[in-house]
Amino acid sequence: MKKVFRKRKRQGAFKYGVNEQWAVKDVSFEVAQGETYGLLGPNGSGKSTLIRILSTLLIPDHGEVRLMGHKLPDEERTVRWKIGRVSVDAAFYKRLSARENLLYSAYLYGLEPKRAEKRAFDILERLGIESRRFSDPLEEMSRGMQQKVSIARALMINPPMLLLDEPTTGLDPKSRRDVQRFLEELRAEEGTTILLTTHDMNEAEHLCARIGFLAHGRLIAEGTAEELRQQAQSVTLEDAFIKMTGESLTDGAEGGKE
Amino acid sequence: MIAERRQIITPARQMMAFVFRDFSLTKRYFGWVVVFTFYAMVNSATIALIGVAAKDEQLTLTLIVGVLLWSFLSVLFNEIASSVAYERWEGTLEYTFMAPVSRLIHLFGVSLFAAIYSIIRLAIVISALAVFIKLDLSRANLFGILVVLLVSSFAFIGLGLMAAVLPVFSPERGAEATNIFQGCLLLVSGVYYPLDVLPSWLQPFAKLSPATYSLSACRKLMGIGLGQGPLVGAPISAVASELLTLTLMGVVMVPVGLWVFGHVERWAKKTGKLKRTG
Repeated sequence: MKKVFRKRKRQGAFKYGVNEQWAVKDVSFEVAQGETYGLLGPNGSGKSTLIRILSTLLIPDHGEVRLMGHKLPDEERTVRWKIGRVSVDAAFYKRLSARENLLYSAYLYGLEPKRAEKRAFDILERLGIESRRFSDPLEEMSRGMQQKVSIARALMINPPMLLLDEPTTGLDPKSRRDVQRFLEELRAEEGTTILLTTHDMNEAEHLCARIGFLAHGRLIAEGTAEELRQQAQSVTLEDAFIKMTGESLTDGAEGGKE
Repeated sequence: MIAERRQIITPARQMMAFVFRDFSLTKRYFGWVVVFTFYAMVNSATIALIGVAAKDEQLTLTLIVGVLLWSFLSVLFNEIASSVAYERWEGTLEYTFMAPVSRLIHLFGVSLFAAIYSIIRLAIVISALAVFIKLDLSRANLFGILVVLLVSSFAFIGLGLMAAVLPVFSPERGAEATNIFQGCLLLVSGVYYPLDVLPSWLQPFAKLSPATYSLSACRKLMGIGLGQGPLVGAPISAVASELLTLTLMGVVMVPVGLWVFGHVERWAKKTGKLKRTG
């Protein structure tokens, strides 16, 4: 298996300034090309910090981070062409329409606007958004619809690697299913490598080939869902998480601090 | 050939991203654009009418040059300086910063829209002024004034770039500091009065403001302060020293602004300050 993402042990670390508390420490894992890898952890466990480091938005104090063979932060410009990110909060110009927000992104990535727009609209239609809504301001769309536009924005550039930070948190069951089904299709059709953070056990088990348990900024265990259950001698993945990390997925140092 | 074409087209499209975004936002917030432009028109007219009331053509033109130039340069500065603050409020800063766009292209894209917007607003304000005051610009050196505006823009873009990073430190305090800085420029640049009326301890600061040189040059090019006879604009050679100073300021301030921006961005990535707050 070709490794497309690697983060080395005892080196990957990021510390928040004020309280000098490690947000991420001793995290080391590799993701193979075309694999969907899940990071499971409660709020404040360091999931979003990790995604931000991989998105070139944070520079770790120590450690080595490589994406598709490129070292961060030294080769961040190259990496930026190859990653798409969806964060838990769909960050958009809320007064602008989905079309305007997507066109802005297309220009940012130097794409031919018409082709990029068509690709984005195809994705939105597959995610269940009607074309008549494309010109509506984002502020008039539900959170689920905004999140789908966010996914379309990330995929419009056709990135070989997708960083998804709790993409289904707060979505209604139908929107959640739409997004999950689309991610499965995407991996099957395009071979996109996906790193997904979540605190939804079912989602992690359903979508991810391998899962890492993250707690207090440390990677406690990793493996397939079955391997993790066996390691913890538990019936469910949630029990395995509680046994191995000592906390439940609703715990967290500071909710939303990530 | 295709690679070369891509090297030109991609940065051009990336620069267009910021023009497209700011144009789209201007359309969506058009009501506020109308309000601010209306205020600028009324403000310009009321200031210029002080000179009309004094029946002093030189004073009237001094005030008009001040109000118009400040209207142009302050909007240019403000649009650039506020660009990061807007993105923080919208929560889009991380997405813009993780796009594969060089900071030079990013900030020139923002500056390009700011320049276009400032010029259009200036044209509207001048048209409105003509309704209140009979303006005879036939003997003014308008070409020279355009050159001064162009050269001044670079110095103000540099200042804007330096001010733009302040909201990275603190979204609210940064925006406040930008406004204070703009107020200080207004105070020391002699926008509405000669510099010698400033307290002596403030006068040296005037030399540091690019607006001081822009105003001095534009007034000469309008023929203000050149004698008691009819106003005749000076040739462009008469403002060579101001143009040289403004050019030097632009040459220094734009790279320094980019350098400061780059360093603050790196600092923000090391300390987690890019994340949305509020």
